[in-house]
Amino acid sequence: MNIHEYQAKALFEKFGVPVPKGAAAKSAAEFATALATLPDGPTMVKSQIHAGGRGKGTFTDGFKGGVKFCKTKADAQEIAGKMLNNTLVTIQTGPAGRKVQTIYFTVASDIKKEYYLAILLDRASSKPVIVASTEGGVEIEKVAHDTPEKIHKVVIDPAYGIADFQIRDLIAKLGLTGAEAKNAAKLIRNLYTMYWETDAAMIEVNPLITTPTGDVLALDAKVSFDSNALYRHPEIVALRDLNEEDPKEIEASKYSLSYIALDGNIACLVNGAGLAMSTMDIIQHYGGTPANFLDVGGGASKDQVVAAFKIILGDPNVKGILVNIFGGIMDCNVIAQGIVEAVKEVGLKLPLVVRLEGNNVVAGKATLAASGLTLVSGDTMADAAQKIVKLVA
Amino acid sequence: MSILITPETKILIQGITGEFGARHTKLSLDYGTKVVAGVTPGKGGQFFEHGTHRVPIFNSVADAAKATGATVSAIFVPPPFAGDAILECVDAGLDLAVAITEGIPIRDMIRVKRAMAGKPTRLVGPNCPGLVTPGTGKDSFGGCRIGIAPGYIHKKGHVGVVSRSGTLTYEAVFQLTSKNIGQTTCVGIGGDPVNGTSHLDVIKMFNDDPETHGIIMIGEIGGNAEVEAARWIKANCKKPVAGFIAGATAPAGRRMGHAGAIVGGAEDTAAAKIAVFKECGIEVAVTPSDMADALLRAAKAKGVTLS
Repeated sequence: MNIHEYQAKALFEKFGVPVPKGAAAKSAAEFATALATLPDGPTMVKSQIHAGGRGKGTFTDGFKGGVKFCKTKADAQEIAGKMLNNTLVTIQTGPAGRKVQTIYFTVASDIKKEYYLAILLDRASSKPVIVASTEGGVEIEKVAHDTPEKIHKVVIDPAYGIADFQIRDLIAKLGLTGAEAKNAAKLIRNLYTMYWETDAAMIEVNPLITTPTGDVLALDAKVSFDSNALYRHPEIVALRDLNEEDPKEIEASKYSLSYIALDGNIACLVNGAGLAMSTMDIIQHYGGTPANFLDVGGGASKDQVVAAFKIILGDPNVKGILVNIFGGIMDCNVIAQGIVEAVKEVGLKLPLVVRLEGNNVVAGKATLAASGLTLVSGDTMADAAQKIVKLVA
Repeated sequence: MSILITPETKILIQGITGEFGARHTKLSLDYGTKVVAGVTPGKGGQFFEHGTHRVPIFNSVADAAKATGATVSAIFVPPPFAGDAILECVDAGLDLAVAITEGIPIRDMIRVKRAMAGKPTRLVGPNCPGLVTPGTGKDSFGGCRIGIAPGYIHKKGHVGVVSRSGTLTYEAVFQLTSKNIGQTTCVGIGGDPVNGTSHLDVIKMFNDDPETHGIIMIGEIGGNAEVEAARWIKANCKKPVAGFIAGATAPAGRRMGHAGAIVGGAEDTAAAKIAVFKECGIEVAVTPSDMADALLRAAKAKGVTLS
């Protein structure tokens, strides 16, 4: 689960990670009140959406920049008016962009130098890892590629937590001394505590900055949480912003379906994540484009299949449907009945190819045949994929 | 032989009285698997009954193992308690804990894995379909089925299958059995980013098992476990290996169902993994329908008989 920068920074403050003073506003009427809490002078105006690349983004009305520096608070208020309820397109949003529904104002900090700091899971060791670099404020993937020696990693032993010597070592590698070193040490320790205690999946601070007065501040904040652990963090669940999620994905989650919308025109309905991914792949392999990822899980019920069909058909780009079920334990006949019911309920007009295999498959195929539905049956995944691609072409 | 489990392996079920655990315990008993004990705290002394089977239930793993000689546990307990259930197996000194549970917090698994370091107990999973060593009876009856895989699609034979995904494993097994090619053991290692047993761990066991003549390795986007295994295969494994990677069409940054299936960088895409497979002499299945055929091609090239 992702949260906004302003929410992440509120958590930073709670855990003792210094950030520039800021205030959020969700409507033009709130701008003045929010700005009143900040001192006069240079102010940053930051669009709040769950996507990176905001600074270099462009709004759909042509206005450039989702993050702006303003010399005065009056300027900030005017610029905020241009961003709010406008749609911002960045390299991460896709061409449709995201509607900006919250503006975050912060004091514009004096920057001495920018750094990069992140905490995430190191999959190779199954332990948390801190990643830091002297090259901040730029794309970290590019730094890792061009100058890997400038990326420093510290793997944390989860049995003991972060050790002082590890922090000292990291700070030395970043070239920090004196007050900066002392402040950075405290910040890193507190950020690690937040990572661990909130079940964060990733915390990224880019840039982390030093100021001419020796302060160390998190200028930006990108935080995501492990969705498996949300049950023990109601305070984090409360930060979820449904406006940032695809309505079809929200609907799917109500039925315990795992759905992700994609750009193609062949919808697929599959049981199992690995099989669902490879069904998308095989559609592409035969020249089609998948419209979605949809995993109905291992024990799909008739209701789930009906809900899945409705969600799939809610995507106007869909020109055909491929159902691929390997019923291991799941009864193919139950799935077949679900398909028949769903099609009757939603009135399907698109080509439908069904590949059923596994437990009670003979009865399942008989149910489909007896239903009178105009559907095409596929014997293998390859056969089914080729058929739907041909029907949609 | 097989790896990790044989038809004689005695297993216990943690969470045997839950709906999910009970359903799959019955299927394992029907398959002929030696389910000798169940564990549900507070229900010790009761019995799990299914047909003529009467499986004793214990309050703890240690009690169950001591009384019945069970050496392997299948864990079906809900996510908030699953990490603790794994640690209980470690404490009882079991050989193997198989965590079927989906949705265990990553932090719990980080702690569990750290606690298991240096201990004799092996973990398979979590969020996995489990393991099957097929038996010799009709529809492979008489084998050892731990977890949720359909037993009847298997056939006893000489191919090892290792995969992160459940249904994709069944797809591969079904293709093999349809071509009359049997399996030694099929291992689902699970789709989570922190798991107990890696592709490489299983590949090493298949390589050492004289009964296993060929291997199918099924992977996904995310992480570098498949790449690690492929490089080891290139240097050490003489057996024919076929590979498949799911997720070629998955967009970067979106989690595809499994917590571990997410493209984070240039190294963990399907294309990058497939390139390494090819470089390491692994026969790549072009589509998921091609997995058994890919292994047949690899076996033919090496002059190995699979059946």
